[in-house]
Amino acid sequence: MENDWTKPAAVAIPKEGFFKDQEQQGRYGPIFPKTPACYGFSIIAKIIPGHEENFYEYGRNLAEGVAGTPDLLASLKLHYLRWNLFQIKGDTYFQYMGIFDTDFDKYTEDAVAIFAATGRSTVFENLEGFPKDWRTNAGAFIKFMRDHQCPSFMEYGEYPYVSADEIKKALKLKAAFSNMLDQMQ
Amino acid sequence: MLEFDDIQHILLERAPALAARYEFLTFRDAPGGRKWLNTIRQTVKSVAEIRAGIDDLRWVTVAFTWNGLQALGLDEASLASFPDEFRQGMTARAEVLGDNGPNHPDHWVGGLAGPDVHAVVILFARDVDERERCRIEHEKLLACSAGVEVLSTLDLEATPPLGYAHDHFGYRDRLSQPVIEGSGEEPTPGSGAPLKPGEFILGYPDELGPAANLPQPEILSRNGSFMAYRRIEEHVGAFRDFLSSQGQNSEEQEFVAAKLMGRWRSGAPLVLAPLKDDPKLGADPQRNNDFNYKEMDPLGYAAPLGSHIRRMNPRDTAANMNRRRIIRRGATYGPALSEGVPDDGVERGLAAFVICASLIRQFEFAQNVWVNDKNFHELGNERDPFIGHQDGTLEFKIPKRPIRKTIKGLPAFTTVRGGAYFFLPGLKALGFLAGLKSR
Repeated sequence: MENDWTKPAAVAIPKEGFFKDQEQQGRYGPIFPKTPACYGFSIIAKIIPGHEENFYEYGRNLAEGVAGTPDLLASLKLHYLRWNLFQIKGDTYFQYMGIFDTDFDKYTEDAVAIFAATGRSTVFENLEGFPKDWRTNAGAFIKFMRDHQCPSFMEYGEYPYVSADEIKKALKLKAAFSNMLDQMQ
Repeated sequence: MLEFDDIQHILLERAPALAARYEFLTFRDAPGGRKWLNTIRQTVKSVAEIRAGIDDLRWVTVAFTWNGLQALGLDEASLASFPDEFRQGMTARAEVLGDNGPNHPDHWVGGLAGPDVHAVVILFARDVDERERCRIEHEKLLACSAGVEVLSTLDLEATPPLGYAHDHFGYRDRLSQPVIEGSGEEPTPGSGAPLKPGEFILGYPDELGPAANLPQPEILSRNGSFMAYRRIEEHVGAFRDFLSSQGQNSEEQEFVAAKLMGRWRSGAPLVLAPLKDDPKLGADPQRNNDFNYKEMDPLGYAAPLGSHIRRMNPRDTAANMNRRRIIRRGATYGPALSEGVPDDGVERGLAAFVICASLIRQFEFAQNVWVNDKNFHELGNERDPFIGHQDGTLEFKIPKRPIRKTIKGLPAFTTVRGGAYFFLPGLKALGFLAGLKSR
């Protein structure tokens, strides 16, 4: 049951990334399923040779951006982002793993809007085959993401399906109760 | 600078009409279709012409489906340059739009679900007599336009009382519409700053920058737009029965009606009038849209998080709002159902055109993410109470101290009876299409 957060859950996902009998059509194609680990993606793409340092610099810039504007990425409804660079046969690849509470296409559309609104570039510009007109062509950006999505074959949630907003509400409630108990002393 | 002399009036102007007629056409051969277009286009007025006119009695709009553009003989390269969602058409996008169950295209009327919908002629008329005169005129034109057939028609009339626009459920309408930069119109307080024209009119900069990825050739797309047509039946009897079951008296029932909408039926927003209706506020455009949610009602104690107006325009509680706005033009159809009278089974509802530069980014987003996402604002098991797909298993939650009220098993108050995606060309583009050569 999706609402039973007390019961850890795991889901095995077919190779194609979708459950054929539950496939839902989204605006840009089939929606990657929500699992006990919420929505998310794992984008893996080859970087343009010699651009490694740009990734590290972008990571530092993003960290500074979020420190200065903590709600910078709020519209993406994220739980976590993890970025890696790794080597395969001498080539460098970038892996972008995100866990979030909106569907794949909306995440990408909102990400384009954040980059546009803040005048930021995207780290994706350092990837081979990334569309140069991404700022004005969200559809091309989304297609790139879909083409480079590496679907999970298993996802697990210790507190399955719980959104980041629900977690934040629970923590606020805990803080409110702590405060209440302090006031009762 | 907007080219007012080339933009079809419907994009920027709301005709003061009490009657309307939509005629859906099919082209059996390209030359016949182009000949018809070459005549009808003489009646289609630009924004500039409408603004200069003083005694207009009727306002005509012409638009085409992708199949219609193909049937007129547009070349393959141009056809391929249109966005995928428009090329596929509304029927193919049913799942994205939440058109399931009784709303599915399998149940649509007027031939709208099939591939023969090629064009729509939208007539707004000052009154029913003028509509009838225009109907006869168009009938004469069609009689001498070989290869052009009427697939279906819909007559529309303002529902009484006529002093203000409202739907069959009695809710005041047309309270929150975006304003386009450079249109000469001033937004009412609370409606936000004017939006870049490219959000609605092709060929102009949008909120992200210069226009891009437009249908080709440029003369075809410039000053054009896209329209999503929706014919939505309103089940007035079922709605009244539901309200009766939700309150002991009319005051309690009106309260629930207001909570579902986010406004009282008078138009007064719950954020500004949370406990009692304020009809003067509802009728005052300087005040009736002047509110936000983030600061004034973050938890939905006034307007519930899942109420219709909060879903259709989340204002300051959604990201990138300026990229999601839509313009709506339309009217009510079918006879009004008098108070206290059982439902007569006659179809009545709203039939409207949603205008935007990108169907996938604006109209489909609103349908998919705001109207039919069960988890909008973490609500868990709700869809839009009026236009979301309701199958009797969903809820509607009304925040209230100390404990919220949850209405379980919300019935469907509306059914989608038809729809289609249209391209609304500028006036020069109508001439371009009429002048196409046979392939």
